[in-house]
Amino acid sequence: MAFPLRRGARRVRTNPTASSLGDVLFRLGSGAAGVVLLVVLGLMVLVLVVSGEQSMRTFGLGFLGNNIWDPNTSQFGALPFIFGTLVTSAIALLLGVPISLGIAIFLVELAPAAVRTPLAYVVELLAAIPSVIYGLWGIFVLVPVMSNYVDPALQSTLGFLPIFQGAIYGYGLLTAGVILAIMIIPTVAAISRDALLAVPQSQREAALSLGATRWESTRMAVLTYARSGIFGAVMLGFGRAAGETIAVTMVIGNANEIPRGFSLLAPAQTLSSLIATNIREAFGLQASALIELALVLLLVTLIINVFARVMVWRVFGERGETA
Amino acid sequence: MANEPTKPDEMESLHPRSSRRGLWIGIAAVVVVVVILAGGLTTGWFGLGGSTTPNPQTITLNGAGSTFALPVISAWSTQYDTLTGVQINYQGTGSGAGISAIIAKSLDFGATDAPLNSTQHAQNPSLLTIPESLGAVTMAYNVPGVPAHINMTGTIIADIYLRLITNWNDANISAVNPGVTFPNLAILPVHRSDASGTTYCFTNYLSVVNSQWASQIGTAKSVSWPSGEIGAQGNQGVAAVVQGQHGAIGYVELAYSLQNNLAYAKVKNAAGSYILPTLNSTAAAATNAAGTLPAGNADWSHVSIVNATGADSYPIATFTYLLVFQELNVYPGGVMIHARAQALVSFLSWAVHDGQSTAATLQYVPLPSAVVTGDVASIQSITFNGQSLSA
Repeated sequence: MAFPLRRGARRVRTNPTASSLGDVLFRLGSGAAGVVLLVVLGLMVLVLVVSGEQSMRTFGLGFLGNNIWDPNTSQFGALPFIFGTLVTSAIALLLGVPISLGIAIFLVELAPAAVRTPLAYVVELLAAIPSVIYGLWGIFVLVPVMSNYVDPALQSTLGFLPIFQGAIYGYGLLTAGVILAIMIIPTVAAISRDALLAVPQSQREAALSLGATRWESTRMAVLTYARSGIFGAVMLGFGRAAGETIAVTMVIGNANEIPRGFSLLAPAQTLSSLIATNIREAFGLQASALIELALVLLLVTLIINVFARVMVWRVFGERGETA
Repeated sequence: MANEPTKPDEMESLHPRSSRRGLWIGIAAVVVVVVILAGGLTTGWFGLGGSTTPNPQTITLNGAGSTFALPVISAWSTQYDTLTGVQINYQGTGSGAGISAIIAKSLDFGATDAPLNSTQHAQNPSLLTIPESLGAVTMAYNVPGVPAHINMTGTIIADIYLRLITNWNDANISAVNPGVTFPNLAILPVHRSDASGTTYCFTNYLSVVNSQWASQIGTAKSVSWPSGEIGAQGNQGVAAVVQGQHGAIGYVELAYSLQNNLAYAKVKNAAGSYILPTLNSTAAAATNAAGTLPAGNADWSHVSIVNATGADSYPIATFTYLLVFQELNVYPGGVMIHARAQALVSFLSWAVHDGQSTAATLQYVPLPSAVVTGDVASIQSITFNGQSLSA
């Protein structure tokens, strides 16, 4: 007994120089990895600014507010695409986050052990489906369902709202939002599940011992504790929704305009979808404008992230991060 | 020392289950890899069992551009390699990218759906424009209870895409289709969302036949479409939307209409007849334009075979072009040698002759002989260091 123990202990003690050298290398190595990330981001922004400069000089800040995208007369504005990106992402979060949270809570709090693992695998499997598959499914299944059933039903019940008025196409903002909701569910659900799993068992036990029901314990002790992780999951979901290209291109209808009355049933366009469909044949000012759109997409994502984080601090901050 | 437990045993006793599971996963992974490799071997993934020794003398000609021309040039590439051992490497990067790349001298040939514009031609007077194949743009539609080939005029098509005609029961449509009852169904115009030669041809036609279109929208590979229309990517994307949505109308290349069994319209031509798009009616449009085509090294920017004269000409047709330097010793770094220049000229000559029958099997319209004659003259004018090459 004593012999191996002593050997093991000596192994730790006898290599102080080697291990400190290793520590230095380790620190440098992982530091370098962190720096690489910043350098890549910096280079990306630099390249976007340099290539988008022609468009910035031509249109200035008016680029952001301009409603027209006409390659034929070289008039380019970003507004319809910022609108399309924000609206489709918002629909995706609105529909996708509650379902994702439901999945996560069920998996962690309620599901019997036999169901838990297979269901978790299925959720992760959904995340691995390429987006073009979602797009094809969108064209052949979702679009007909939307144009034949969902859109008419919305129009007949909520038709007094301008956002549900106008012609029904099947292709449009709402359909794109639904596809995106399905696509972000695996990401948001998987990360929310990890956040819930990280909640100490004592939290639940304390709540239950105070007489809380299962729902009350989940709401007050678990969700509150895990909110920072859940928030991170939602933000990742937003990032995926705002950046998703192929599936959106295939179902949004690619109309380079803000629909009349902001109708969710009408075709529109997102930033990433416009860039992807047009960059190959774009030259000169149009290429520059498309690259400036990429910069706008980066900024929009950044602003939403910062804004949402500040909001979360405002709401939960005073009640203490320890929760 | 001898009774010191060895490391694997230690781990086994600490994590017996995970270690065994790891073993199984390892075995499973090996089995999967072996099965895939075996499958790959039998299906010839790795090119084993054939004569694959690379010939150091092999010439590879590089081309890029038009996605419309991609299927036919790919087929040519395979055939020509078998025939001559010269390899053709063609990338469907898009017409615009093909033009830039040939101007930058990074290709042996470029391919484009729309000719060089006047500025590009003035800056690159030594680039030859060689018509390589023909395409027809069909008006495909999905209207239940309506025959497969209704009549349309340029004005009606323009009005539909300008959103001036919005329902299939519009009197203007019925007027040119006596005996056909159109349903009360909203028209859903579909266009290309990516920049494309198909859009160039379609908008060119509408600009020629409709002055409002010419002033409001114009001719380009991508334009600002009126409100409330759907964009889809690629011919295939437009065909899919038309196929799926009642009331939809879209413009797609002939081959895609045929492959997807779409209904498509007869279009009224300059002579006043309603013509169905076919290989023959498209060739007729090109034949009638052949006499007016410029020389290979002239300005082609005004060339268009839309709304062509001739009683049998289908009005929405276009050439696709190959772009090649007339004097081939313009490439930096000595990459262009005599043998390579000769191979390029031989390939071009083969493409406009024998290659045309391949084009027909892929539902591309073969070039009429009058156009081939012009092409041959252009190809024969190609030189290397001032010396002509045998075509």
